[in-house]
Amino acid sequence: MSVRALFLCPNLQISSTTMTWKHIFTSSIGKKLVMGLSGLFLITFLIIHAGVNACIWAFDHGEMFNKAAHFMGSTVVVRIIEIGLFAGFFVHIIQGYVLEVQNRSTRKIGYEVKMGNKGSKWYSRSMGLLGTLILLFLILHIYHFWTPSRLGGLWNIKPLQPVSYEGGKEIHNLYAEMIAVFSDNLLVVVIYILGCISLAFHLLHGFQSAFRTLGLHNQKFVPLVKGTGAAFAIIVSVVFALMPISIYLKWVD
Amino acid sequence: MEHYTMNLTLKVWRQKNKNDRGGFITYKVKDISSEMSFLEMFDVLNERLIEESEEPIAFDHDCREGICGMCSMYINGRPHGPWEGTTTCQLHMRAFKDGDTIVVEPWRANSFPVIKDLIVDRTSFDRIIQAGGFISVNTGNAVDGNSIPIEKAKADDSFAAAACIGCGACVAACKNSSAMLFVSAKVSHLALLPQGEPEKKTRVLNMIAQMDKEGFGGCTNTGACEAVCPKEISLDNIARLNQEFIGASVKTGK
Repeated sequence: MSVRALFLCPNLQISSTTMTWKHIFTSSIGKKLVMGLSGLFLITFLIIHAGVNACIWAFDHGEMFNKAAHFMGSTVVVRIIEIGLFAGFFVHIIQGYVLEVQNRSTRKIGYEVKMGNKGSKWYSRSMGLLGTLILLFLILHIYHFWTPSRLGGLWNIKPLQPVSYEGGKEIHNLYAEMIAVFSDNLLVVVIYILGCISLAFHLLHGFQSAFRTLGLHNQKFVPLVKGTGAAFAIIVSVVFALMPISIYLKWVD
Repeated sequence: MEHYTMNLTLKVWRQKNKNDRGGFITYKVKDISSEMSFLEMFDVLNERLIEESEEPIAFDHDCREGICGMCSMYINGRPHGPWEGTTTCQLHMRAFKDGDTIVVEPWRANSFPVIKDLIVDRTSFDRIIQAGGFISVNTGNAVDGNSIPIEKAKADDSFAAAACIGCGACVAACKNSSAMLFVSAKVSHLALLPQGEPEKKTRVLNMIAQMDKEGFGGCTNTGACEAVCPKEISLDNIARLNQEFIGASVKTGK
């Protein structure tokens, strides 16, 4: 191909433009950037959460798990980061819905024959729906564990039972609460598993999409990120799902 | 390939003008040759409609050899029909069987309003190009192309992006009616070459600003655009566009 480009114009015709922070974050790519960055931040949270969950498989009747949960709940730095976590959820959820509405409104008259799966995966087109399922799960999940742990004793919220190890300080027995929530409650276990499945598909697209939004196009790294994303989505979701399953099937006590 | 003829049922979107509500009309076509192109089949149908003193079906076409980007039919739920890497004009009737029903619709997007029948207004693409999809060159003698060294890999990527014919199938396929694949092809084509370098930042910022102004949606990386692109423009270009945009917006002074 000739290096002469297709369009011949007088010198530097493209007018310069202002690009304030407002311009950046209200542009179509900027809005996606907010989704991608908040999504990656929430992904780092999932790693921590799955790690703490995995403590139940120490088979010590919840001692390691309760200590880990106590560390997450009582350390000042962690509590400050927790505010950031809520902010991250808030931004990701609100921006997600705003974009869903904006993107849907770009085609007022639809097609008679839908494209369906010709060219794209169903879960990549259903991030809003999967996100909504995860949100519903999240509300139930916060009600089950976060509320009694952090707000127990306030208003009419029942506090968690205390427990102490080797005569140490009394800490919350979150493990006992978990046994109470999941044992003999098939409906709750099934809802949790459905939440984990939604999360798996959300991550399967979201993980790699976030990196694409940040500009990743090097063919050495694209397959690596896609593979890592798929592995992450499956491993994290399975670890989460195994927790209620382990308790329901009494693999841990 | 064996030649055969077929009888088909066509369900075609008819719309008198921009303001008409429009609707599907069913036509039966007989003895269609498997060696005809899809547009030739429409020519045959239109000849008949003219003979019957009916309004022929309006559709966009020009070169009929897959390089101009004018043809734009959404056939059986896929822009440019069932074949991969093919424009509607290069789609041949051997893609169909005797007795098939084929539904033909115009591109659907608010930014591509229907003008008549299967013709949509794609001037929004022209305005995006006018915002920065070119390089500024002093007039005079043509510069010797070989005097500027270009890395082979970049030249290849640029050439692959330059293959975009601006037909709008990416917009038609995208669930968000996003024009990102088109814009990313134009931005990549020029950003990868030394000739595009001086206006690299302003180009991407202006083109994205114009794209947003035209009302196209955002990209959610589903890949539907890449799958239907007749020139097989890669989704990697969108990631490159994101990188160019983020870089340019951060580096721009104000």
